[in-house]
Amino acid sequence: MKRSATEQPSTYNSTLNTPAIDEVDRRIIVATQAGLPLVPRPYAALAERLAIPEAEVRTRLADMLVRGVIRRLGAVPNHYALGYRFNAMSVWNLPDERIRELGRKIGALDFVSHCYHRPRHPPAWPYNLFAMVHGRRREEVETQVDEIARLLGDADRGHALLYSTRILKKAGLRI
Amino acid sequence: MDALDRRIVNELQGGFPLSDRPYAEVAARFGTSEDELLARLDRLLADGVLSRFGPMYHAERLGGALTLAAMQVPAADFERVAALVNAHPEVAHNYARDHAFNMWFVLATETPARIGEVIAAIERETGLPVYDMPKIEEFYVNLRFSV
Repeated sequence: MKRSATEQPSTYNSTLNTPAIDEVDRRIIVATQAGLPLVPRPYAALAERLAIPEAEVRTRLADMLVRGVIRRLGAVPNHYALGYRFNAMSVWNLPDERIRELGRKIGALDFVSHCYHRPRHPPAWPYNLFAMVHGRRREEVETQVDEIARLLGDADRGHALLYSTRILKKAGLRI
Repeated sequence: MDALDRRIVNELQGGFPLSDRPYAEVAARFGTSEDELLARLDRLLADGVLSRFGPMYHAERLGGALTLAAMQVPAADFERVAALVNAHPEVAHNYARDHAFNMWFVLATETPARIGEVIAAIERETGLPVYDMPKIEEFYVNLRFSV
C-alpha cells in the first residue's frame, strides 16, 4: 500500500523544546543500531547490558516506532542478494514549477521505491528529481524508465540513469 | 534459499514483535522452531542476504539529519577515496555508480550541524568537491523487497 507524500514532523516539541530522544533512548540506539541480539530473549539481553528493566527496553522501542525514530523493526535485505541485480537512480531535469505535481505522480508508480526532489548543481548536475528503480534484468529497469519518461512528456528536459555498480558500504545509522 | 528462508526475507522486513520471546513467536507462525529461526537468521546475515536484523533508525526523527552527496572521482583515485569516505561512521551507505558522478553516499548524523562538518572533512581529506543533494521534498519511500 503506497503512502502519500508526507510532511516531515518536527523533531522537537515546539512548546517545551524537548529533544526527540533522551540519553536512555540514545544508549538503546547505540546498542541496537548494528542489529538485535540473536538470542531467545533479545530485549532481556539488552536490558542486562544497559542495566535497565526489560520492560523499559520494550516500551522505549515501541515508542520510537510510534514516533518514527525507528522506521521499522526486522530484516534489512540486500537487494542484490535477492536477485535485484539492476538498481538504478533515474534522475530528471523538470521545470521547478511542476516538480511537486510530477514528483507525486512518479512517486505513485508502483515500481519506484524512493522519489525525491533534490537541488541541482548546474552546470554539471542539472537534475532535480530522483527516482530509484530496480529490476532482476536490465530490460526491466529500462522499461520502467521509459514509463516515467512517457508520463513526463515535454516536462522531461533531460534525464540520466545511474546504475549502481558496487555497494561500497551499507551500515545504516551509526551514532 | 529454501521456502523458509524466503518467508523470513519476505515477511520479516517489519513488525518484528516486542514480546518476551519474539523469535519463538515468529517461528511458531512459520511452523518452525525458535532454534531453527535463529540459525537461519544467523546464516542469512553471514551470507549477506540480509544486511542487518533489527531496528532501522531514522536520523531526522531522532533529531539529526540525512543527506545524499555525490562526488566525481577519477578512476585512479577511486579506492583511496572510497576508503576515506567509508571511514566516517556518519556515512551510512556508499555506492559506486556508472556515471561521471560515480560515488554516492548517504550521511546520517546525530545533529544537523554534523552534515556540514563531515562534508568539509571529506573534501579536505580527498581534495575533491562534494556535491550535497539534501531532499527538498520526499514523494515516496518504500523500502521493502520481495524474493
